[in-house]
Amino acid sequence: MSDRRAVITGIGVVAPTGIGVAEHWEESLTGRSRIGPVTSFDATGAPIGLAGEVTGFDEREFVDSRLLVQTDRWTWFALAATELALADAALDPAREDPFDLSVVTAGASGGNAFGQREIQALWSKGPRAVSAYQSIGWFYAASSGQLSIKHQLKGACGVVVADAAGAIDALAEAARLIRRGTEVVVTGGTEAPLSPYALACQAGEATAGRGGDPATAYRPFAPGAGGHVPGEGGAMLIVEDRNSALGRCAPTVYAEIAGTASTHDAHHVSDPAPGHRQYARAMREAISRAGLGPEDVGVVFADGAGDPVRDAQEVAALREVFGGRRVPVTVPKTMTGRLCSGGAALDVAWAALSLAGGVIPPTVGTDGTAAVEGLDLVTEARAVDGLSAALVVARGSGGFNSAAVLTAA
Amino acid sequence: MRRVVVTGIGVIAPGGVGREEFWNRIVDGKPAVRRITAFDPSPFRSQIAAEVDFDPAARGLTPREVRRMDRFTQLAVACADEALADSGLDLGAADPERAGVSLGSAVGATITLEEEYVVASDRGRDWEVDHRHLKPFLYQALVPSSAAAELAVRYGAHGPAAVVSTGCTSGIDAIGRAYRLVQDGEADMMITGASDAPISPITVACFDAIRATSPGNGEPEAASRPFDAGRKGFVLGEGAAVLVVEELEHARRRGARVYCEITGYAARANGFHMTGLRPDGHELGEAIGDALGQAALNPEDIGYISAHGSGTRQNDLHETSAYKRSLGDHARRVPISSIKSVIGHSLGAIGSIEMAACALVLQRGVVPPTANLTVPDPECDLDYTPLVAREVSARHALSAGSGFGGFQSAMIFSEPGAVR
Repeated sequence: MSDRRAVITGIGVVAPTGIGVAEHWEESLTGRSRIGPVTSFDATGAPIGLAGEVTGFDEREFVDSRLLVQTDRWTWFALAATELALADAALDPAREDPFDLSVVTAGASGGNAFGQREIQALWSKGPRAVSAYQSIGWFYAASSGQLSIKHQLKGACGVVVADAAGAIDALAEAARLIRRGTEVVVTGGTEAPLSPYALACQAGEATAGRGGDPATAYRPFAPGAGGHVPGEGGAMLIVEDRNSALGRCAPTVYAEIAGTASTHDAHHVSDPAPGHRQYARAMREAISRAGLGPEDVGVVFADGAGDPVRDAQEVAALREVFGGRRVPVTVPKTMTGRLCSGGAALDVAWAALSLAGGVIPPTVGTDGTAAVEGLDLVTEARAVDGLSAALVVARGSGGFNSAAVLTAA
Repeated sequence: MRRVVVTGIGVIAPGGVGREEFWNRIVDGKPAVRRITAFDPSPFRSQIAAEVDFDPAARGLTPREVRRMDRFTQLAVACADEALADSGLDLGAADPERAGVSLGSAVGATITLEEEYVVASDRGRDWEVDHRHLKPFLYQALVPSSAAAELAVRYGAHGPAAVVSTGCTSGIDAIGRAYRLVQDGEADMMITGASDAPISPITVACFDAIRATSPGNGEPEAASRPFDAGRKGFVLGEGAAVLVVEELEHARRRGARVYCEITGYAARANGFHMTGLRPDGHELGEAIGDALGQAALNPEDIGYISAHGSGTRQNDLHETSAYKRSLGDHARRVPISSIKSVIGHSLGAIGSIEMAACALVLQRGVVPPTANLTVPDPECDLDYTPLVAREVSARHALSAGSGFGGFQSAMIFSEPGAVR
């Protein structure tokens, strides 16, 4: 089974940067920030007024009316992104053995608006007002379950939670399933944490979302960076065995999942660790499990927390891993905000697109020259010859560090 | 393939706080179900639950930790303390970079999320909440992985850490993840298990709304009746179990006491319905067959089955079919039981609690009974060990889990040295 190699053959995006892989990629390369004032409810007086919202998304295009009432926006994103990813991969699950197909999603906040609405109904109107679908609409497994049912994915299904790092762990799980014999794994993460209560819960985290100029509110690695801005959306990916993908003439083999690793700071549940040791270790292990050295990595999709302490940590970790070499670093999620567990899924999508297209999407909101000294921060879309490996890293609140190395297929 | 063994067990269940109390309770078969005390249940259809009498201070949690942690995290931490002490593992002396965390939970910090919302929304009046009334660091409640972070921080475990949240199979799937991470060499030691504390108004209301829970309020102790003709739904529970699992040679080198070996784990989904089950048990049967294959066992080798046995008609039929499909004639001979009649259904946590029970069954040679099974459902015609515990000499125990989303999981524990 060790000769089985996991490759990404389909990408479905529902994000502030666009719906569908083509629109998303084109928009990403323009370097336009999609962060703006929250419009989904009256956010005057809310602790967070800025966010990266998904616009132009009509859930009815992707979800039938019977299912709409049973599910939250976060699951609508997952259903839509999966449909787009399957189309991108030209894969029809109905033609496969359902037990050879799996789904592993990352989740972190569940059906926020759905849950808030039902708790409100319970407390303001009583138990009889609670929807029969609360038990399946809010919980963290709702998206994996609905995807399994809709597309008949009857192999091992999973849901991994590691805050913003979880989608890399889900990707690692997908690769593990492929190595162990599963034919196709639908993986990724989506989130919809911009409803009033979910935003209020993030008041202490998404500090740059309080207000100010949307174009520069979230500016990792910039002096005086003031935290991050939240966002919604994410990406779903189709992962399959390389030989099967080639055998069925999959239209695009974007990239191979060559190595993954996860570590934990184990320092404090909310404060950042005093050093970057475990973060750097995740990067090093992912590179070495890919059978590569740091010199092979052509771009890093950084976590870009946007606060001075964690940014400095990330720079130090990159220096430890890459030595004196100025590896190109980008944080395209500066265009979307941080999407909770959807963010790393979107980063993996960006990295796969970069490898397939030879272009690195930009970091916005920060002037490259103003960023931390010695960091080659990509602030405009950059074409690169011979880009063969990308390192994607993500950190989750509480000390989670995850890394994946994707290689050109 | 690297082999993986269980070297420590910690359990907190209704009627049994701590591993030994838990074991005695399930062997006695005395249901720990009562009228809900956590809040006034009178507006609800189902007013009963299997509650844990848990004093976090008595288990060494500081007032600060109690304030910071949701109840499900407190239960997980207390169980992990017990499991680590039981294993004799000193993570400081071992290599902490090789120790990880895989914790299951179906609904995470749902009590905190509801309580805080109720305050900030003026008891559900306002859609736009006033965040100034919220606890600081509420993000930790919103994101259930915070519980895995608590465990990693508490023990200094620098290996891979995550929460697994596949609904009611979370407990088996979290141990399954730990098993595979050790098999694949990504860790040598894992702190793994699951915790849920779902006894809150919104959770009781959501199961009321689909009539999944038992309305047997008049006689709480008799309400959870898996495989019994008089069953009327499951009884909500709470609790946690944490296991220490290790690579076999790692455990041997440090002279650890080995409870059992994890020899098979498989999961399938029914692709049918978020809450409904077909009576044929096909997918659960597939998962069991896969787990048997991994363990290189024949059906006859299974000496005990810890059933999902939630006490809903559809589950009991589904599960009975799954055993017949996967084990053939042996399904009629093997002792099966559901401890949910005693400790209720604690959603994601229960899978880990049942795995802990399997480890203890193998060690102690006693099968806990299915309490309340007085009038067997004629369609459930297997040996569900009614009412009274029984001595067995099981070398391999199977546990099955089934949950919302259509997820079906199976895991096999084997007596040390019983394989190869």
